[in-house]
Amino acid sequence: MAEPILTTTGLTAFYGDFQALFGIDFEIHAGETVAIIGSNGAGKSTFLRAITGMLKTPGQNIRFLGRDVGDAPAHDLVRAGLAMVPEGRKLFPSLTVEENLLIGGYGRSGTDWTLEAIYDLFPILAERRRHGGTALSGGQQQMVAIGRALMSNPKLLLCDEISLGLAPIVIKDIYAAVPKIKAHGATIVVVEQDVNQAMAVADRVYCFQEGRVSLTGRPGELTRAQISAAYFGLEDGEAA
Amino acid sequence: MDWINAIIQGVLLGGLYALFAAGLSLMFGVMRFVNIAHGDFIVMGAYGALLVVSLTGIHPLWTLVLVVPGMAALGYLGQRLLLNRTLGDDILPPLLVTFGFSIIIQNVLLELFSADSQKLQAGWIETASIPLAGGLSVGVMPLLIFASALAVIAGLQAFFYRTALGRVLRATSDDADTVRLMGADNANVFAIATAIASAVVGIAGVYLAIRTNFDPAVGPARLLYAFEAVIIGGLGNLWGTLAGGIILGVSQAIGAQIDPGYQILAGHLAFLIVLVLRPQGLFPKMKG
Ligand SMILES: Nc1ncnc2c1ncn2[C@@H]1O[C@H](COP(=O)(O)OP(=O)(O)OP(=O)(O)O)[C@@H](O)[C@H]1O
Ligand SMILES: [Mg+2]
Repeated sequence: MAEPILTTTGLTAFYGDFQALFGIDFEIHAGETVAIIGSNGAGKSTFLRAITGMLKTPGQNIRFLGRDVGDAPAHDLVRAGLAMVPEGRKLFPSLTVEENLLIGGYGRSGTDWTLEAIYDLFPILAERRRHGGTALSGGQQQMVAIGRALMSNPKLLLCDEISLGLAPIVIKDIYAAVPKIKAHGATIVVVEQDVNQAMAVADRVYCFQEGRVSLTGRPGELTRAQISAAYFGLEDGEAA
Repeated sequence: MDWINAIIQGVLLGGLYALFAAGLSLMFGVMRFVNIAHGDFIVMGAYGALLVVSLTGIHPLWTLVLVVPGMAALGYLGQRLLLNRTLGDDILPPLLVTFGFSIIIQNVLLELFSADSQKLQAGWIETASIPLAGGLSVGVMPLLIFASALAVIAGLQAFFYRTALGRVLRATSDDADTVRLMGADNANVFAIATAIASAVVGIAGVYLAIRTNFDPAVGPARLLYAFEAVIIGGLGNLWGTLAGGIILGVSQAIGAQIDPGYQILAGHLAFLIVLVLRPQGLFPKMKG
């Protein structure tokens, strides 16, 4: 089998003295969709931030497209084909919808995704192109955030809780884009608190708990009980 | 007629103040960073022009060709090598470091050029004027400076709103951290912002050298005018900065018309009034 597109081995991460990740082993192959689930504070966002170089991980074992990138800064990784839809969307309020999309292509390599392709994926954004990026509904803002990440033509797209705080019907719309994104050749990691959503979309699942991988496997092969235990850490007795 | 004349002169003077202020406004807008040495950088540009004139004997206006790129290069390197290290969550380090720069620049200029007051002679263009109706006239030099200010601000505005790099600078002003996810290197973006601001500082310095007497100690007062123009106009809005410069210039001209001793005071009073009535400035940041 070919080398995974991304691998982390024993990845740790710190906020000052506080250790948030304790040795994460993770891999994803080209074309796969992997979901990361876990309760609040499990370290999911920290993991994505560590991979993208937004959080420093000096000297650590992260390989992306056959290259050691533990020391690479975020802007370098984006240019190499990594894109992230950050937690909380983080749109630029002084930029219009269209400008938010265009800036996503600032350091791009390749020409796969164009403005037209993004507007095809999320037609509502074409109507709102001149609006301020933050003058939209939550779901539309999430679409802008996804489109902005796609504009860099990523080989690996990381999505941090793209369904958070959205109505079920909107979540359906947003997840409907996932197969189309995959058809463009991107490999996808989604962080999801909604386990059912994660199981539905993913080829493989990692469950995080208190900075460790507590369970991994294919959705069809995991039982409810296994997942609950891994998600909540039932041994602790207190389901967060 | 005297009053109308004073107001016209004030508006034109406002152009120079806007040039003083534009760089300060830009650096604050992109990096949330107040450069205490801004006035001394302007004076450095003036001495740069003096140096070029004394070495080559070219007309002072031609020094723009050397001083502007020279200041831009200095700005880029200074930001990249020194100031970037001071940026972080704490706003105090950049203030202290640029305060240090201010003192160092003044002392180095004093060593190199003495405390003597200097002025560049621009020849006929300094005394030339264009007659207007009713016996009024405007000087060619003040008009040129004002036109330059308009051109600089229109140019910056076009750059910010019509280019990919300009978009990155605006986004950096919103959220420097997230801009990294767009493939932009903060250290480089900040240095580019300072280089552009320094190019404008170079223009301001050359005009300062032609229009007024200067010596190594006049920087802090230029910083004050620049600061007042930025605050009056509203933070993060370059057209507002131009308006702020004009309001400052006109207030000073009106003050001087009442009594020559009131010129500077009147400018500060206008600033205070705006600060009390509209602390966010007259034209706070517009949305793209
Ligand atoms: N900037 C920070 N400084 C200090 N500690 C942090 C910071 N960000 C996160 N943490 C801590 O790191 C741990 C992991 O947080 P992280 O945000 O990665 O969790 P998460 O799984 O993404 O949670 P959520 O589902 O709420 O987004 C938590 O204990 C959190 O309190
Ligand atoms: Mg999170």
